[in-house]
Amino acid sequence: MKDSMIRGADIVVRSLIAEQAEIIFGYPGGAIMPVYDALYDYHEQIKHVLTRHEQGAIHAAQGYARVSGKVGVCLATSGPGATNLITGLADAQIDSTPLVCITGQVAAHLLGTDAFQETDVVGISMPGTKWNIQVRCVEDIAPAIAKGFYIARSGRPGPVLIDITKNAQVDFGEFNYVPCLGFRSYKTHQIIDQSVISQAAKLINEAERPYVLFGQGVTLGKAETELKFFLDKSGIPAACTLLGSGALSEDHPNFVGKLGMHGNYAPNLLTNQCDVLIAVGMRFDDRVTGDLKRYAKQAKVIHLELDAAEINKNVKAAVAIHGDCKESLSMLTEAIESKSHAPWLGKFRELEKMEKEAVMQHDITPTKTGLTMGEVINQINQYKADDAVLVTDVGQHQMIAWRYFNYKKTRTQVTSGGLGTMGFALPAALGAQLYDYSRQVICVVGDGGIQMTIQELGTIMQTKAPVKIVLLNNNFLGMVRQWQQMFFDRRYSFTELDNPDFIKIAEAYHIKSQKVTERSGLTEAIEDMLIHDGPFFLEVVVEKEDNVFPMIATGCSVEEVRLS
Amino acid sequence: MKRYTIFVITENFIGILNRITIIFTRRGINIDALTASESRLEGIHRITIEVTASEDTVIQLVNQIEKIIDVIKAFYHEDDAVVYQEIALYKIPVARLESGLEKIIRQHNAKVIAAEPDFVVLELTGHKEQTQELLEILKGYGLLEFARSGRVAVAKRMLTIDSLLK
Repeated sequence: MKDSMIRGADIVVRSLIAEQAEIIFGYPGGAIMPVYDALYDYHEQIKHVLTRHEQGAIHAAQGYARVSGKVGVCLATSGPGATNLITGLADAQIDSTPLVCITGQVAAHLLGTDAFQETDVVGISMPGTKWNIQVRCVEDIAPAIAKGFYIARSGRPGPVLIDITKNAQVDFGEFNYVPCLGFRSYKTHQIIDQSVISQAAKLINEAERPYVLFGQGVTLGKAETELKFFLDKSGIPAACTLLGSGALSEDHPNFVGKLGMHGNYAPNLLTNQCDVLIAVGMRFDDRVTGDLKRYAKQAKVIHLELDAAEINKNVKAAVAIHGDCKESLSMLTEAIESKSHAPWLGKFRELEKMEKEAVMQHDITPTKTGLTMGEVINQINQYKADDAVLVTDVGQHQMIAWRYFNYKKTRTQVTSGGLGTMGFALPAALGAQLYDYSRQVICVVGDGGIQMTIQELGTIMQTKAPVKIVLLNNNFLGMVRQWQQMFFDRRYSFTELDNPDFIKIAEAYHIKSQKVTERSGLTEAIEDMLIHDGPFFLEVVVEKEDNVFPMIATGCSVEEVRLS
Repeated sequence: MKRYTIFVITENFIGILNRITIIFTRRGINIDALTASESRLEGIHRITIEVTASEDTVIQLVNQIEKIIDVIKAFYHEDDAVVYQEIALYKIPVARLESGLEKIIRQHNAKVIAAEPDFVVLELTGHKEQTQELLEILKGYGLLEFARSGRVAVAKRMLTIDSLLK
């Protein structure tokens, strides 16, 4: 054996360092122990955070990836360690989050023998990964990691899983890291056809009521400035999807609000009145479109999209601009005429007034005794930093927080959009915070979701990540309860919760906490929380039975958006 | 609903077939037949999938297949745009070798490819309609076993794998 040879486990860690990974979220176990042993030697070059559950590790890696734009890295053992990653993989897959997850696997000679903690993780994770691979010999470790990072971060980003057998981790091999720069079956760059740009520009120039919908593709493509320039010149009103929030400051004069089931009134309603619909980096999710048969049928659709499989998937495009929206948006800006669409924009503003009177007033300045989720978020808006990150879980609080949070900067929105994973917020907030300790990370979570991953308070305690946790407690699975009220004759089947004393739990983890039950104490508590140097747990007891409006009920058209 | 042939040109990568078939499973679409083989170029495989679906569905399937990292290209064709063959084997008991059988073998251009003390094996290569027709007839001759391959096919369009690799 040559002196230059090192263990496979060292190759794993040195490959991660070569990819400039700064932090690993993980949990040790038998089949990954050699890698953990190697980490002991490299702790000055790469940080590892021990979560309390593998699901916490992967959601933390997602939170890190979403705010940083870098690849999140996650480490777990074989069998249950690996299967605990599955929810996070599926979540990252549908929300295009770049991850590299490394799992340990039983030794190659034991594969298929039902060995202790053996599971077919490559098989199980296949539908939930952009790419996955099993590495069975030491020589293949570095090339697999190089390819994995390249795939995770390029094109439409996504999660990658690399399963490494124990023998490969303990065997010795040469380390000579060669980063992956591409390979023949995977093309990430698309040359944009100028003639398609001209067609789109013609439609836009001739349009009377053009309308822009933008999604996370703008953020992923780092095209925030290009979007702004396009809107500045074209004068076209623009609305965002859930994950698109933050790609354009809400203070922009053309910004008209949010799309979708619980989005704003005007952006949904007027989708069916525009004549040209320009979709940028969004995929026409059913929560955005409602009934597809009655979605924007009057409009000519221009779709700017990197992923060819998204074009014509849900909505047929009159002009499809396949490619990176950073390029296509600037080409389009060049090709269009400078315009203003004041009367059309005015229509959005008129309807916005209706929504303010019918919904927002109740949400933000309630007359009832009980606290509303909306007023909590509104108070947070008053004191938060401009670049504060909002991390939410799934349910009523998610929709309310999204509706009322004032997004001013890109990559400030972290939520489980496509998969709707309860339990996402707490670990994701931890990951977001660990990317930058100095940035404000506010985790808004419900009493249902927090209990799915509440163990991560332990990780917050250990890392001292100064996450501001705002628990909106209504002692209900609120969104399901709302549906039961509206569509199931108020038959509240298994949605009411007898909750623990959350403050005592926070105290047990030595996290500073406060409980607010009355309006009078709210502002001060939020101020205290945001200036506190360290993690803070704020429980706000809110109205038990409150609903989120506007709403497009399942099966309804966007124009059937309800205010009550 | 129509019959389509999907061609997948892919790297020879473990699990690739699984990645392709789950695209069908997830959408509740049945694969009528599937054949995988090496292509003319080393390391590159071609998979031929026969499916009955609407064109819209087939387009979605092909887009999703092409999105797989190790897939180089996927196409779909209607039946008249491909040249294809299927092979069928029929096992007949010797006891039922009657005089009429010779005529049937001749008419269908079938071949006897094995003769054992207890049985003979006939082979017929052609389109499914042809092999099916012979199957129906041979059921009357005590057919013991029948097996039919998936489609092996080439497209009529002039496009080479080499040009896709550039």
